[in-house]
Order: sequence, then C-alpha cells, then structure tokens
Amino acid sequence: MKAAALLLAGSLALAACASDEPEAGGGSAGTSAEGGGELQVGIAYDTGGRGDKSFNDSAYAGASAAVEELGGTVTDLTPNADASNRVDLLTQLADDGSNPVIGVGFAFADAIAEVAPQYPETTFAIVDSSVADAGLDNVTGLLFAANEGSFLGGVAAALKSQTNHIGFVGGVESPLIQEFEAGYVAGAQAAKPGIQVDVQYISPAGDFSGFSDPAKGYTLAQGMYQGGADIVYHAAGASGQGVFRAAAEAGGQAIGVDSDQYETIGDPALQAVIMTSVLKRVDNAIQQFITDYSEGNVTGGEDRVADLESEGVGLSTSGGKIDDISAQLDTFEQQIVGGEIEVPTTP
Amino acid sequence: MSVLSRWGAVLLAPAMALLIALAISGLVMGALGVNPFRVLTVMVDFGDTPSQQVTQIVAVLNRALPLFLAGLAVAIGFRMGLFNIGVEGQYRMATIIAATVGAAVVLPGPLHVALIIAVAMVVGALWAGIVAVLKVTRGVSEVISSIMLNTIALGLASYLLTGPFRGSPEGASIVATAEIPESGRIGGLNGVFDVLGLANPPRQLYGFLLVAVVVGVLVWVLLQRTRFGFDLRATGLSPSAASASGVDARGMVVKTMLLSGAVAGLIGLPDLLGRTYEYNSDFTSGLGFLGIAVALLGRNSPAGIALAAVLYAFLDRASVPLQAAQLPSSVVTIIQGTIVLAVVVANEIARRLSRRAAERASRQAPSAPAPQAQQPAAQEVTS
Repeated sequence: MKAAALLLAGSLALAACASDEPEAGGGSAGTSAEGGGELQVGIAYDTGGRGDKSFNDSAYAGASAAVEELGGTVTDLTPNADASNRVDLLTQLADDGSNPVIGVGFAFADAIAEVAPQYPETTFAIVDSSVADAGLDNVTGLLFAANEGSFLGGVAAALKSQTNHIGFVGGVESPLIQEFEAGYVAGAQAAKPGIQVDVQYISPAGDFSGFSDPAKGYTLAQGMYQGGADIVYHAAGASGQGVFRAAAEAGGQAIGVDSDQYETIGDPALQAVIMTSVLKRVDNAIQQFITDYSEGNVTGGEDRVADLESEGVGLSTSGGKIDDISAQLDTFEQQIVGGEIEVPTTP
Repeated sequence: MSVLSRWGAVLLAPAMALLIALAISGLVMGALGVNPFRVLTVMVDFGDTPSQQVTQIVAVLNRALPLFLAGLAVAIGFRMGLFNIGVEGQYRMATIIAATVGAAVVLPGPLHVALIIAVAMVVGALWAGIVAVLKVTRGVSEVISSIMLNTIALGLASYLLTGPFRGSPEGASIVATAEIPESGRIGGLNGVFDVLGLANPPRQLYGFLLVAVVVGVLVWVLLQRTRFGFDLRATGLSPSAASASGVDARGMVVKTMLLSGAVAGLIGLPDLLGRTYEYNSDFTSGLGFLGIAVALLGRNSPAGIALAAVLYAFLDRASVPLQAAQLPSSVVTIIQGTIVLAVVVANEIARRLSRRAAERASRQAPSAPAPQAQQPAAQEVTS
C-alpha cells in the first residue's frame, strides 16, 4: 500500500517536472470540439494503421475528402499489434460521439456485431464484409466486386502476354483473395482461351504473414517468370514489392492491386514494370457513404457493392501501357456491366 | 523487521524499475514534444459514465487474463532455468484442437467445459513435451527447438483450420472452426458488478477468470510448497548442486516442460470460451511472446505475474484513448519496453546486492568470535 502510494506520488511528481517544457506542443491538439451538429467521422483501421500506402490510407483519403467537402472532423484509431482491441476502438469512437463509425476491413465483423447494438443511435459501416444477413440495422457493408476488377486485369494480362503464359501471386489463401484469383483467371481465359495461368499463394488462411513477406513474393514470382510467364498479377499487399522486383529482374511485367501502384511505388525501376493496377476504390466508397449519411440517405442493414458499373473497381491507366488495348477492355467492361458476362467469385 | 525487509526487497526492484521506466518514458515523450502529464491523465481516465468505467475495467481484466496465463507458463520454465519460447505454438495448437473437440461433442455444461480445458492442457503439454524429449535425449537446446516448433505449430494450425477442422461456410471472409455449443461456454461474471453496486455494462467479464485464479494458486502451491517445486527451483538455481543431491535432472526437464505446456494450453481459452466460441483465422496471436515480458516483469512468481499482467493490460488499454486524444499511442509501447528493460536490470542489481549481503553474512557468521579480523575482507567484497 505504502509502496503504491509512493509510486503514485513519484510518478505524478515526475510527470509534473517533465511537463514544464512541452506545454505548447502537447496542449494544442486533442480539443477538436468544433461546435455541435458538425460531422464527426470515426475510422478504425485494420492492422498497420495509417501510412500503409494501401487500404488504410485509401480509407483515410476518402473520409478526409468527404469532410473537406461537408465540413467536420475525422478521428482515426489504429488497433494494437495483435489487434485484440478492435471492440475497444469502436467503443471509444462511439462513446466520443463519432457518427458515422467505419471499421476498415472484414476483421471488424465480430467487433461491429458486438458494439453496434449497444449504440443504436450511431451509424456504422464495415469495409469488405457483408451485413445483409447479420440483422444489424445500423450497419452498412461496403463491398467491392474485386472479381470484376481482376477480370479486366486478367484480360489485360492475356492480351499483352507474348508467351501465352501469365501468373497470379496471392497473399493469403483466404476467400477474399480467392475472389481476385477467380476473376483474373476467368478474364484471361475469356480474352485468350487456353492461356496458361500459374496460381500461387504465399501463406495459407490463418497465417497473415503472406501480406507482408516481399521475400516470399519475390521467390514465387521469380519461379513464374523463369517458368515462362511474362506478366504476373499480385493480390498480396506489401508482398507485392517482391513480385515487382522479380518482374524487373526477369524483364517481365506485373499488375498491381488496390491502389494505383504505378503512382505510389516511388521507385523508377519498379515503376517501369507496373503495367496497370486493379483498383479497389475504398476512398470513393467511404466518401460516398459519408456524403449519403450526411444527407440522410443511409438505411443501414444492407450492403453496398462497388463494382465496375459504379466505378468502385477498375484498371488504372497511368504509364499508358494498356492504352493500346483499351478498346478490348471497354468491350469486356460493357459486357460485365450489361450482365452478358458473369464473373465467378470462387476459383 | 524481517518481514518488512523481505517484502521491501521483493517490492523494491519492481517499484524502482517502474519509476525508472516512467522517468525514461517521460524524457522520451518530452523529446517528442508530448506532454507526459496529459498522457498520464488520459491513461488513468476510464470514462465519464459509470458504465464506461466498468467497461474499461472489464477490458483491462479480460486482456490481463491471457497475459497472466502466458506469463505463468513461461515462468514455470524460467524457475527451472528453461527458456520456453514455444508458448506461442503450444497455445495455438491447444486452442484449435480444443475448439474443434469442444464443437464436436455434446455433454452437460460443466463436463463439456472441463473436457475442453483438459484437451487444451493435454495438447499444450504434448507440444511442449516434444521440446523436452529433444532436450533430454538429443541435447537440443529448448530455445532453438521451441522457436522452430512455433513455426511448425503456426503452419499446422493453418492447415487444420483450412482443411479438416474448417467449420465456416465456403466463401466466408474469416475461416473458423465450428462453433462450440452453449454447454461448452463459460458465461460472464458481470453479476459481480450488481452485487458490488456498480454499473453492469454489456461487455462481459470472462468467467475464465475463476479458472485462472485457481491455476495461479495451484502453481504457487506446487512451486513453493511441494517436493516437486523444491526440486524444480533447486535445479533452476544450481543444476549441478541439485543433481548432486539426488534430483533427476532429465526427469525434471520433462515434467517442467509438460507443466509449462499445460498452462500454455489455457492461454487461448478465455477468448475461446468467453467470446469467440471458435478458433478462427483472426484469433489473437503473439500472446506467448508477451508472456515472456510479463513473466520477467512479475519476477516469475504467480502474484507478481498477475500484477504484471494487469499493468500490461492497463497500458494496452490506454493506446485507444491516447489516439482519440490526438496523442501518439506509441508511448504505450515505449513504456512497456522500458519497464521490462528496467525490471531486468533492477532484478540483476537486486540479485547482486542480495548475493553480496549473503556472502557478507556467511563470512561473518563463522568468525563471530573475531569479527575485527574479517572486517577488511567484507569491505573488499562490497567495494
């Protein structure tokens, strides 16, 4: 008891001493109450947090674009290293009065199912997870037809391939990534029937190292290029760096994923091999959702699927490497949008 | 006097370590331009309404629970001088197999839970037993083999989850085992809050807390009050002296690893039986490694580990409100890291001090009739 008291006193004294200097730096932030009624958007990131140059950054871009237009603030929280505190993130945001609260990534599914019923006045959204059957009427699922985007990626790869042999490197062999594979393979077969497609995954489901293992991505892609493939598409997060490296060494081409990696890669040698990227416009989806929320157009309890038609997925054209086949790509796109081509979701 | 000095010695090192860690963290925060006082205020602020405050207490305790079990598992090995880094793999294997067995059988309530706990302990013990057998028969360092078995466990768990043990429908984003039925779950302890007259939030305090307390007490009794525990600690302090006095060193390695693994098998159960009811591709990982830090922090005693686990969980909780207050949550990691470092250093200093005191005492004791002759020698040691 005595020790505890001493300890507390000591730490307080210590904190008091140390707090003399940086008063100005620390005190300015944090008081973000800028009047009532303003839009206060809460974002809970997937592991990695802001600065991942991919998924989370895209979510932040969408939220800040919406707030810039509509006025208000964004509060964003990152989970701890083992992501065991997702429920705490959502609780904190809801307690602080953030509305809407957006969970970035399907891993928030259980946490949102637990928290959302406790805050019936708050509107929630979850990226990449369906809520249609969950019975939560204050949650919206923001889904992406990744298979449709990947289909066009497959078409582009097949049309551009000189060797009639392409490849796919998936990060983790989970249903989400298998959707990318399914679309890609279907697209390649549609554009060039009989084309050879190598498919490899970095890690099995349950082992998330596949999204952050460039060395393994490099090895797998290298094997494909040596085996005769000349274009490899990766859906492997940060491991994609290894795929680009293998492409640069083998003189092949590669297809990026999620964001326009031609623009974000930041390395001229690797930029040169990025033929196109299969975009997943998390930013657009989130901006649209926030705008709809502010206009009172969110019903909840339903999914919104961003697909080719709504331009939520698609191919990037920076670098101009697929400009010559844009006519064929447009044709396929029209057929998908028109429903003539049904893109599979499982391999 | 002797009780006071004993407790003083026990508490001095961790208290010193905590103070030093806070001082260092405060300096780091100052250098980063963060106000440490504000950080501290946010850390101890559990919310405005009673319901929020109790929710935060539940969050801390629920987080502390697996950390306590992990620390305990590591500490059992430490007490004998064995470094069981394989706790991570042991609890992964234990949790997935226990989850599958639990979902496959139907038994009356308490039996069902008991079966799941037993399966988890047996699997954890067996996985740790591999390390022990390799060490005893082939002289393989337990550090190397348990690290390697972690990787194997991770791969094997992934294979089992996506293959034979898969219970989630095809195409679901999160791959999971089948759900454990109602009878195999442990309900929350939130009734306690009603009894205490506190708010009762929706967040449930894990019922596994009771099991963990029992396990903590049992481990303490086993280590401090039995022949086995004495042999174990003696082997840890001096293997050669222990085997000279008749302790079967190889047998002790096997028994200690089995015990450590059995406790490790429990780590995943608070979450499994209290919240998720299934093992899935998103199950909390890394607890085995955190257990090492918690065991060090708790100086390998069950009570110390419990305190350390709560402290760790308390710091972990702070990372969310810190972010919400626009303060860098990395200060939590800095504090946790410096505390562990400071504790290791403080333990070493305390150990040397007590050894010197013991040496001085043993030098002085036989020469009690002629103390003045020994005086210079004793001073030499201390200087």
